[in-house]
Amino acid sequence: MKAAAVQKSLGGVAGARVAAVDYAARGFHVDVTIPSEEITAAAQVLDQQGFFLESITGVDWLGEQEALAKEAAKQAAAAQKAAEKAAAEAAEQGAGEGAAEAAAPAPAAAEPAPAAEAEEAPEPREDSFEVVYDFNHFQELCRVALRVRVPRSLPQLPTISDIYPGANWHEREAHDFFGLVFTGHPDLSPLLLPEDADFHPLRKDYKP
Amino acid sequence: MSKLAADPAYETFVLNMGPQHPATHGALRVKLLMDGEYIVEAEPVLGYIHRMHEKMGENRTYHQFLPNPSRLDYLSAMACTHGHVAAVERAAGLTVPERAEYLRVITVELNRISSHLLWLGAFVLDLGGFTPLLYVMDDREQILDLLERVTGSRLTYCYFRFGGLYNDVDDDFVDGARAFVKRMRDKLPMYHNLISKNVILRQRLAKIAPISAEMCRKYGATGPVARGSGIPYDVRKHEPYSVYPEFDFDIPVYEDGDCMARYLVRMDEIEQSLRIIEQGLDKLPDGPVMAEKVPKIIKPPKGDYYCAVEAARGSFGIRLVSDGTNSPYRLKLRSPCFSNVSLFGEAARGLLLADAVALFGSLDLVIPDIDR
Repeated sequence: MKAAAVQKSLGGVAGARVAAVDYAARGFHVDVTIPSEEITAAAQVLDQQGFFLESITGVDWLGEQEALAKEAAKQAAAAQKAAEKAAAEAAEQGAGEGAAEAAAPAPAAAEPAPAAEAEEAPEPREDSFEVVYDFNHFQELCRVALRVRVPRSLPQLPTISDIYPGANWHEREAHDFFGLVFTGHPDLSPLLLPEDADFHPLRKDYKP
Repeated sequence: MSKLAADPAYETFVLNMGPQHPATHGALRVKLLMDGEYIVEAEPVLGYIHRMHEKMGENRTYHQFLPNPSRLDYLSAMACTHGHVAAVERAAGLTVPERAEYLRVITVELNRISSHLLWLGAFVLDLGGFTPLLYVMDDREQILDLLERVTGSRLTYCYFRFGGLYNDVDDDFVDGARAFVKRMRDKLPMYHNLISKNVILRQRLAKIAPISAEMCRKYGATGPVARGSGIPYDVRKHEPYSVYPEFDFDIPVYEDGDCMARYLVRMDEIEQSLRIIEQGLDKLPDGPVMAEKVPKIIKPPKGDYYCAVEAARGSFGIRLVSDGTNSPYRLKLRSPCFSNVSLFGEAARGLLLADAVALFGSLDLVIPDIDR
């Protein structure tokens, strides 16, 4: 019940993609992806509904775009192969008067795929950090995971520590571990790492 | 520290409590801005025993991480390991035999009592009462002996496995646990007479450092801290896991939010844990303690999973992100003490220094759990 209500009100946040999750399998009820500038609006919605903040954490998706591009290229190649095969089969089958017509469109259909590949390959989209906010409710069980993506080259997003004072330390911790910058945060000095730490150990490209 | 420190109208000074201080129970430092005996501002400084368990989780396999969770909240290590195995079992879709789940609940509750007993002794010791520490150590020793028999360790347990337990218990454990329940029941009135009814203790705790329910919500405080502020939130009831729905027990809640309320919550929880252990021993089913088909290498499907359990100090959660390999892509440990201590700065404002020690004790902090 709570899950349905919160899905509805979070759906009102600009750019939000709200999805219900199988609780038994995954352990939370609502999965919300929002643009980084809307995080304060979403936190306000949850605050008004009486949610409390469990934790804030990051996930470094280094290499994700490369893997996705590879996967897409693989699929495009497979699709092209299938198209060629189909065209060849069609050409064989229609060996009568339609042979010339059937053979002609096949190369034309196959051509756009490599062109699209060539466009994507030189500039793969940038990898990003995912920031996950876990919320829960004291009275009624409803776990909400808010997800925000920020680019790795500019990992900035607004703070919610003015809405949830408890977020202050969670954001400092995320800054320690991932180098995420929460704009408007009162003090982003290292919390758990040494006071002169200039490294972010949970980044996937971190080498001790 | 704010500009108050620099303001000549305020005759303030900065006092460092810790990192080596008996009342912080470990290497935690609190920077206090004092106006005489009163606290103007308090700021906990963390990280003295930070070990980066979350990174260790990423570069070890699921099995290799098994001993780590018990190094977080070492006083209720069993609950932390329960959270870890439950999260991985949820992700990998493993089922656990009923006998194993019952034994998990029994050992977790025994561990909860031992944790609360040590807290009781240390808390009263902070407030100047030495004797109870000796009494609780005697009782806690019985639990440690019992758990040592089955788990092989006395503090940092590594008893749970994915899909079950490391080994089964024997009759001596069952008899010993029954004897302990009886012994503890007989002793609880003595503790109440000795400590709860002590007029000095009552005056040190009643109406000291009240924490409102709203403050708990804003800071994400859980466990006895939230229940002492009138929030009936306990993961065991709220989000039933393992075989807790089979048990009949209550969630002690006190409305006042002061140190006395948090003290009474924990004292009542000892009795409730005894009830759970007693029912568990009565109902303990026969059968295997390990699921039959547990893969040697655990590779949960891609995706992210959340799992929370009620540790002695609040909700202990794990967010697990799997990329389909044999080690986690990301393993976030949500420790209850981290959130509970984050409200210290606000709750300590305006307190006497001696009352801040009472507040500290009533939050029941375990520093390795904060620093991870």
